[in-house]
Amino acid sequence: MPSPKLHSTAEADRGLSSSQPGAGLRRYGTIYAALWRNSVVREMGFKTNFILWIVVEMLWFALQITFMAVIYRHTDRIGDWSKWQVVFLMGTSHLIQQLFTALFLVNCVQVSEHVRTGRMDFFLLLPVNTRFLLSLRQIDLGAFVNAGTAIAVMCYAGSQLSLAPTFGQVFAFLILCAGGLLVHYSLMFLLTSVSFWTVKAQGIVWGYYNLFNLARLPDAAFRGGFKVFFTFVLPMLLVSNVPAKVIIKKLSSPGDAALLLLLAAICFVVSEFGWRRSVRRYTSASS
Amino acid sequence: MNKYAHVINIGIQNTLVYRMNFLFRSAFSLIPLFATLSLWRAIYAGQTGPVAGYTLAQMTSYYLVVTIVDSLTAVTEDDWQIAADIKDGNISQFLLKPIDYLTYRLCLYSAGRLIFTVCAVVPVTLFVLAQRKNFVLPADVSTVAWFAVSLVLTGLLQFFISYTMALLAFWVVEVSTFIFILFAFEYIAGGHLFPLDILPAGALRALEYTPFPYQLFFPVNIYLGRVTGSALYLGLLTQAGWVLAAYCLARVVWSRGVRHYSAVGG
Repeated sequence: MPSPKLHSTAEADRGLSSSQPGAGLRRYGTIYAALWRNSVVREMGFKTNFILWIVVEMLWFALQITFMAVIYRHTDRIGDWSKWQVVFLMGTSHLIQQLFTALFLVNCVQVSEHVRTGRMDFFLLLPVNTRFLLSLRQIDLGAFVNAGTAIAVMCYAGSQLSLAPTFGQVFAFLILCAGGLLVHYSLMFLLTSVSFWTVKAQGIVWGYYNLFNLARLPDAAFRGGFKVFFTFVLPMLLVSNVPAKVIIKKLSSPGDAALLLLLAAICFVVSEFGWRRSVRRYTSASS
Repeated sequence: MNKYAHVINIGIQNTLVYRMNFLFRSAFSLIPLFATLSLWRAIYAGQTGPVAGYTLAQMTSYYLVVTIVDSLTAVTEDDWQIAADIKDGNISQFLLKPIDYLTYRLCLYSAGRLIFTVCAVVPVTLFVLAQRKNFVLPADVSTVAWFAVSLVLTGLLQFFISYTMALLAFWVVEVSTFIFILFAFEYIAGGHLFPLDILPAGALRALEYTPFPYQLFFPVNIYLGRVTGSALYLGLLTQAGWVLAAYCLARVVWSRGVRHYSAVGG
């Protein structure tokens, strides 16, 4: 645990005792701002690495788009999706995935390490919600740059499709993206809770992260049990397909949108339940 | 020679610890594979006849054979371990002992692949059986034999390239980004994402001057019977040439790296 972070979190805690309504929210706002400051300081310590990771992510994104470009040299449609519609979908998926990386990924992966080393003691003792702190400790700033790339790709694909989304569409898109983000986060956090039962949870977490790539693919390509499972159990085929469809006017009924938001809420509740059960099992490891 | 047999033995015992991990990893990797196959099936559903010179069965088999070749030859942990050995100063002991680090690593790699393959056999076989309708078997015994030869060369090529890349740790502290950048090129130019001959002809011709197709695409093509006759022999010679080149490069980089080595923490 680097000491500067400890220090500033404690500092943020100082103005807590006020009992005004909304003080709790403001307090968490202050803490989160402190976490942001720390992340900026930390990232700027490794500038070359910071830039190289952005290059790596862009390369992999370009690779996925190349894959689709090559496929569309040989076909006009996948299901009922045209080339630029799929590119728009890949942009949406990349945006959600990068926002997830920016806000949550490192923190989720580290949980099993905290349990293994017993550092979890420290988080449980702090006078803040433990889940809040564990989920949001570090912010990966490079991922915001990559999210920007995703938006650029979406804009380009949108202009190829000559889309002119209304304000309402963009608003719905943002809400649904937030829903998708919540699905990713809740499922990932639920899996990290497994680390209270077995120390090998990191492998499971990375395994799950690979499934994120399913969200890039048009839902029309899937049928049968696979589609049902990845729609209702692990809603990978909703996470970015639904928001993208709102903009490219493919959404046949508002049912899909409602389903995504409903599943996001369920995932969050289930993950909170799983987290509370798991943390009860915690027995410190060090000392 | 006996000491390296010991190394293989130790490698097998060490990797056996990860058997469940390997099983999960190979099982998890089948989900994206299934997704890719579904994507192609949707494409074939909208068309009549073959796409880009592949029938649906050939296309499905392509990805299945890629998965098999990958299980047998992919470098997974070795490059990270080599880089960590250098960074933490652990290689100092190898400089003092009468043991060759490259051979030592090659033994560990072979042991790791052996165990991984044993773990992956069950999920991959079940998956292939589930797709058997679209799985083509090799045309004849000589195809199988040449496929096996090419597979060994692929393994060596993969290993030497990753080994050389990991040796960058002699000069830079953080090699993971470089490893990921190389991996990205191997992934697309090796034929993981799609068969390379569906690319525009010019791009394919350019790729043939790089080692990447020989890391995966070439053996898969032999299996599918898409390279035969003189093209097969020429391809195998080229592949062997790349193995030799990668080996020499690994030796050169190692000897330069050791001169640069400062035994941090060793």
